[in-house]
Amino acid sequence: MSKTPQHLEKIQRSLVRRYRAEKAFRWCGMLAVTLGLTAVLVVFADIFMKGTGAFSATYIALDVTYDREVLGIENFADQRQVNTADWEALLKTALRKEFPDVRKRSEKRKLYALASNAAGYDIKDRLLANLRLLGETETIWILADDDIDAYYKSWLGGNAYTARLTDGQLGALQALIDTDRIQLHFNANFLSRGDSREPEQAGIKGAVVGSFMTLILTLVLSFPIGIAAAIYLEEFAPKNALTEFIEVNINNLAAVPSIIFGLLGLAIFINLFHIPRSIPIVGGLVLAVMTLPTVIITSRAAIKSVPPSIREASLGMGASRNQMVLHHVLPLALPGMLTGAIIGMARALGETAPLLMIGMVAFIVDIPRGFTDPATVLPVQIFLWADSPERAFIEKTSAAIMVLLGFLVTMNMSAVWLRKRLERRW
Amino acid sequence: MNTSTTLGVGTLPMSATQDVSGAGPVNIELTATQATVGSAQIPNAKMTVRNVNIFYGEKQAIYDVNVDIGKNQVIAMIGPSGCGKSTFLRSLNRMNDTIDSCRVEGDIRIDDENLYSPKLDVVELRARVGMVFQKPNPFPKSIYDNVAYGPKIHGLADTRVDLDEMVERSLRKAGLWDEVKDRLFQAGTGLSGGQQQRLCIARAIAVSPEVILMDEPCSALDPIATARIEELIEELSQNFTIAIVTHSMQQAARVSQRTAYFHLGRLIEVNPTEQVFTNPEHSLTESYITGRFG
Repeated sequence: MSKTPQHLEKIQRSLVRRYRAEKAFRWCGMLAVTLGLTAVLVVFADIFMKGTGAFSATYIALDVTYDREVLGIENFADQRQVNTADWEALLKTALRKEFPDVRKRSEKRKLYALASNAAGYDIKDRLLANLRLLGETETIWILADDDIDAYYKSWLGGNAYTARLTDGQLGALQALIDTDRIQLHFNANFLSRGDSREPEQAGIKGAVVGSFMTLILTLVLSFPIGIAAAIYLEEFAPKNALTEFIEVNINNLAAVPSIIFGLLGLAIFINLFHIPRSIPIVGGLVLAVMTLPTVIITSRAAIKSVPPSIREASLGMGASRNQMVLHHVLPLALPGMLTGAIIGMARALGETAPLLMIGMVAFIVDIPRGFTDPATVLPVQIFLWADSPERAFIEKTSAAIMVLLGFLVTMNMSAVWLRKRLERRW
Repeated sequence: MNTSTTLGVGTLPMSATQDVSGAGPVNIELTATQATVGSAQIPNAKMTVRNVNIFYGEKQAIYDVNVDIGKNQVIAMIGPSGCGKSTFLRSLNRMNDTIDSCRVEGDIRIDDENLYSPKLDVVELRARVGMVFQKPNPFPKSIYDNVAYGPKIHGLADTRVDLDEMVERSLRKAGLWDEVKDRLFQAGTGLSGGQQQRLCIARAIAVSPEVILMDEPCSALDPIATARIEELIEELSQNFTIAIVTHSMQQAARVSQRTAYFHLGRLIEVNPTEQVFTNPEHSLTESYITGRFG
């Protein structure tokens, strides 16, 4: 065909159309990415703004006198005496001394409410650690109640939240502010304690440890089983109706809503096998069952991506099927398998619904010390705090989300890093 | 290439599309007229192939092949694409076992031992009949580990020193030693294409096989690398029996003593290489080597 002017013109016109379409497509893509990123940024910014407050707590400086009379302890070696002593009395004395004008009983009670009701135990710990302080007076920073914390933080922000405080308390707080005896300090409690009904004492450690134990179990169970299943299905299983059926059902399982796995755990692990509720073992089992399809599917994809030439090479060398898999296929597929496992773990870490069904939603104060201790996990802790009425739990909730996100980001980044690290070219 | 009009091969009407499986009306006539011409059977054979038919599911890829593979000889298998020569080659060390739908019928023997008898261990067979593939496929391991792999899994080396010797000997035989002796522990995949293929040959000969099958070993290589491999094949043929599938007729002419011509799943002609290329017995062979199709 000769290239007449009309012919060229037609090509040019079609080119213009094509470029326009390409440009539009590119813009659509960029718009989608921008929208997605903006949404994520807004969520993150909101959580961070709300959550950072939880990493500091309000403390009040008080002159505490370690008075044996007030405590009523005669012998510090007697554990019973020490434990039943009125440690809060030291605190109350110090507060009365600080605010001598407060006389009425009801006002006094309000005054005592400035300090957290755990403050007495802090004083006890301090004195027991160093008995020479007995009889001395020292200025120490006392953890404030969560209402005080909320007030002080909002006051610092310029918009004081006074709803839950009396005039007497507000006056006392103003006096403390004027003398700089109220301050924000780093909130070590948040990272080192378990849950509590009192927001100022509530910490994330119980949930972190619970999550950690549950996940360890999930990994230990689902990774080897998943890989073994994937290798068998991919390399050894005969291709027949049965394996086809299994394959379809594994894919189905991956799409089953997670709460169903919780029900399964409740019915099988708890009701049938009588594993106690609320413990990491049962949580790990349920999450392992839930993660298994993901691990199997990603592992199979990783095995499939190993080039057939490597298989042929090893079989051609006289390797048995087993040797081919162990020496060649597995090392090459492992990075992909690990990535799949980590992504599965990340999903398990963020899972709440199935754990609600098996009792890991309980209010648990103690930090679990083993796989058989009652525990809760991070997302459930977030759920519990978000459900709590106290205002101070708002920032706790966001802070817990920050901790969870931190773990998730770390896991996903390590997945990427592992893949880069272990990936071998062929 | 459309050859249907230009091809005047006796009474055989050629299918224009050269059916890969060898099915189709053409072959009925081929069967009727066809027995392999030339000297398919020779004395002193290393491997014997009798009445072999190979199927992929319902499709038949190889029809009734009879041929001997001579000891310490190179036999080249040529033929147009899809004629079944690779399939046939792979049946000689049972690599076809890995394909579920593939079925081999007939009798293949190495030193009078039946390849497909249940008594024969396929792992042992592959140690005796090594293979080099079309695309260089070194393991993603070091050069040393590539060559040492065979001896290791077959337990051929008793000591580390033995193994080192085997690796060096194999690499020397493959003409690769001087190029890689300083980087034995670097990745085999980092070598050039030709070097990789020689590494694969070294890997194959490390277990001292009796027969080496080569499936178009040079098709992914440039002419210089090809020349080196061809030299190597010639050297190796002093100690090994070699069966090579090739697309290049020049290569077949250069390296082999005997040539087998396959066409649509049938073995048309087997003769000394010189005769095949100068005075082919069958008109199909002639058409192919003179470049009228293929």
